[in-house]
Amino acid sequence: MAARTLFDKIWDDHVVERLEDETCILYIDRHLLHEVTSPQAFEGLRMTGRRLRHPEATVAVVDHNVPTTDRSQPIEEPQSRLQVETLERNVREFGVPYFPLQSPQQGIVHVVGPEQGISLPGMTIVCGDSHTSTHGAMGSLAFGIGTSEVEHVMATQTLLQKPAKNMRVTVEGQVGPGVTAKDIMLAIIGRIGTAGGTGHVIEFAGSAIRALDMAGRMTICNMSIEAGARAGLVAPDDTTFDYVRGRPFAPKDDAFELACAYWRTLTTDADAVFDTEVFLRAEDIVPNVTWGTSPEDVLPIDGVIPDPESCDDPAQAAAWRRMLDYMGLKVGEKIAGTKVDVVFIGSCTNSRIEDLRSAADIARGRKVAEGVRALIVPGSGLVKAQAEAEGLDRVFLDAGFEWREAGCSMCLGMNPDRLTAGQRCASTSNRNFEGRQGPGGRTHLCSPAMAAAAAVTGCLTDVRVFSGVAEAL
Amino acid sequence: MQKFTTLTAVAAPMPNENIDTDQIIPARFLKTIQRTGLGKFAFAAQRYDADGQERPDFVLNREPYRHAEILVTYDNFGCGSSREHAPWALLDFGVRCVIAPSFADIFYNNCFKNGILPIQLPREICDALMSDATMGANARLTVDLERQVVVRPDGEEIPFVVDPFRRHMLIEGLDDIALTLRHEGDISAYESERAKEKPWMPKIVLGSGS
Repeated sequence: MAARTLFDKIWDDHVVERLEDETCILYIDRHLLHEVTSPQAFEGLRMTGRRLRHPEATVAVVDHNVPTTDRSQPIEEPQSRLQVETLERNVREFGVPYFPLQSPQQGIVHVVGPEQGISLPGMTIVCGDSHTSTHGAMGSLAFGIGTSEVEHVMATQTLLQKPAKNMRVTVEGQVGPGVTAKDIMLAIIGRIGTAGGTGHVIEFAGSAIRALDMAGRMTICNMSIEAGARAGLVAPDDTTFDYVRGRPFAPKDDAFELACAYWRTLTTDADAVFDTEVFLRAEDIVPNVTWGTSPEDVLPIDGVIPDPESCDDPAQAAAWRRMLDYMGLKVGEKIAGTKVDVVFIGSCTNSRIEDLRSAADIARGRKVAEGVRALIVPGSGLVKAQAEAEGLDRVFLDAGFEWREAGCSMCLGMNPDRLTAGQRCASTSNRNFEGRQGPGGRTHLCSPAMAAAAAVTGCLTDVRVFSGVAEAL
Repeated sequence: MQKFTTLTAVAAPMPNENIDTDQIIPARFLKTIQRTGLGKFAFAAQRYDADGQERPDFVLNREPYRHAEILVTYDNFGCGSSREHAPWALLDFGVRCVIAPSFADIFYNNCFKNGILPIQLPREICDALMSDATMGANARLTVDLERQVVVRPDGEEIPFVVDPFRRHMLIEGLDDIALTLRHEGDISAYESERAKEKPWMPKIVLGSGS
C-alpha cells in the first residue's frame, strides 16, 4: 500500500462506501451535541419519523447559552432558556446521554469530550460547532458540521464527505520562556492566513508540538479552523495514552491495551507526501497578540500597529483601515501598552486546568488593575473543582478576578457575558471578529498568561517582563 | 430542499474579503429553534444602527439590492463558525446564490444542504461581476446550474465548475439522508466489521462511567 498520512489512515478506516466523484459515506464514531445547533436537527428527525441511530455514540451538553453565575434559578433570558429546555426535551425523547447544567461534569463540549474519555484516538468525531477540531489533539479526525449534517449523523451515523488535502505544519525546536501553545498557533495562523488551510486537514508535527501537553495540543488543534482547515490533528503518543488512561468513558484494562496497540499504528508513514508543508522554528516564536478583526492579524507583543500604506494589495489596505478604525488603534504605535477594559480567560481554546495554572502564576500576589474587569471561566465543572482543590480560585479572587461557572461565556456572548460597544478585551478565546464578544467590542487574542498580565497591568503587556515567568511556564 | 435549476436575479456587490459567519448572522440571533425567520437579522451589525434603524449606506438596504438573490463577494466568504444559521439567514432574506473567488469549507458545504448555490470563480471574473452588480436595477445575472454558466448583463457566458454529485442533489432537490439510507445494508455491514475489529470501542451510557 502507498505511504499514507495519519489523516489518510483514519479516513480509510472509516469509509463505509465510495460513491461517485470521490464522495464517501464516512462512518462517525462520536457525535457531540449542544443546544444551539441541534434543535432543528431533532425537529427534522421528528418530521420524517426517523430514529436516532446510535444514542450510545452521542453525547449532549449545554454550554453556549448558560449563565456563568448563580445557577440555582432558571435561566433568565427566555430564548436561551427555551433552547436549553428544548435540548432537555430532545435528549429525553431520543435517549441521548446528557450532562445537564447542574451536573458536576457540565462544561464546554470541547473540554468535556476529552476530559470524559469520550473523544479517543483514531476516532471520527463531529459536532455542530467549528471548534470540534479541538478533539484532533487526541489523534482523531474531528471536525465541525452544520445542522443539516448533524441530522444526517443522527439518522445514519455517517456523513457524505470528500477527502481533504493533507497539510503538515512542523514546529521544530524549543519555545522560549513565556511562549505557550497559543502563541505557537497564533504564529502559524499569522503565517498561513485564515484561508491558508482551506480544503486541508492539518497535521501538527515537530519537536515543539511533541513537547506540548494535551491541553496545549488542544489549543493548537482548536484554532485549526481559524487557519481555514477542516480539522487539525496530532499523532497520538505516550502523552496521549497517559492522558486517556483512566478517563471515565475510556476503555479499561485489557480493552485499553488492545485499543492502545491500534492507536500506536496511527502515525504518518515516513515517506508519505503532503499536499502542503509549512515549517516554523520554535525559537522564532514570541508571545503574540492580535491587533485586527481577523485571527491572522497577529503581532509579536513587541511589535507596532501596521501601516495600511505598506500593503501591496489595495483591497487589503482598505480592510486594514477599516480594522484600525473599528479597533481604535493608531498606525505605528506599540501594541504593548494598549489599555484594556476587560480580560476574559476561558473558552474551548484556553480554559483547561493547565491554562488556569498559567494565568494564576501571573495573578498570584498581584491585583487586577483599577478599572479592569477580569473574568475567569473554567471550561468545565471538573476543571473548576480541580482549580479550587489547588487553591487557584483564591489566587484569582484575592487578585480581584471574577471566578465563574463553566460555559462558552464571553467567547461569543450568547449568555449575558458580553462586551459593550468600544470596550477593549484581552481574551484567550479564538475569534476577534467584529462584534464577536458583543456588538462594538474590540478583541485582542492572546494566551492565558498574557491575558493575566494584561489584567494586572491594565494594558497589553509582554508576559516575559514578569520575574519567574521562565520557571512558571 | 428547494431545487436549484436557473435563477435570474439582482446581484448585490459585497466587495470585502473574509466575510465571516458572525457578520452574516451574529451569535445573539442564534437562539432560535427554527430554521426560518432569520432573514431580518442577516448582516445585522452592518444593516442596522444601535436603535435598530436601517443604515441607508448598507448595500442590502438600498434598491434594488433589497431584492438581491445573488451576492457577489471576495475571498474566504463564510469563514469562522459552522453555524448553519448563516445560510438559513441568507436564504430567508432571499439569497439563492453566492459568487466568490473562495469560500470557507463548512459554509460552502452548508449552502448545498439548503438549496443555495455557492459558485467559485477567479478573482478577475469576480471583479467583472462586481462591476456588473454595481449597475443597480440593471445588475441582473442569470445563473444556470444545468448548463453551469453565469450569464452577465451583456450576455457573456462564464462557465463554472461544481461537483457533479452536489449539482445533481441541487437540481433534483434531493434529501441527503434518504440517499444515504439507501446504503443501510453497507452501514450495518461496516458496523458488524467494526465491532469485530474494535471490540474496545466504548458505548456512552451514563452511569457506566466511573
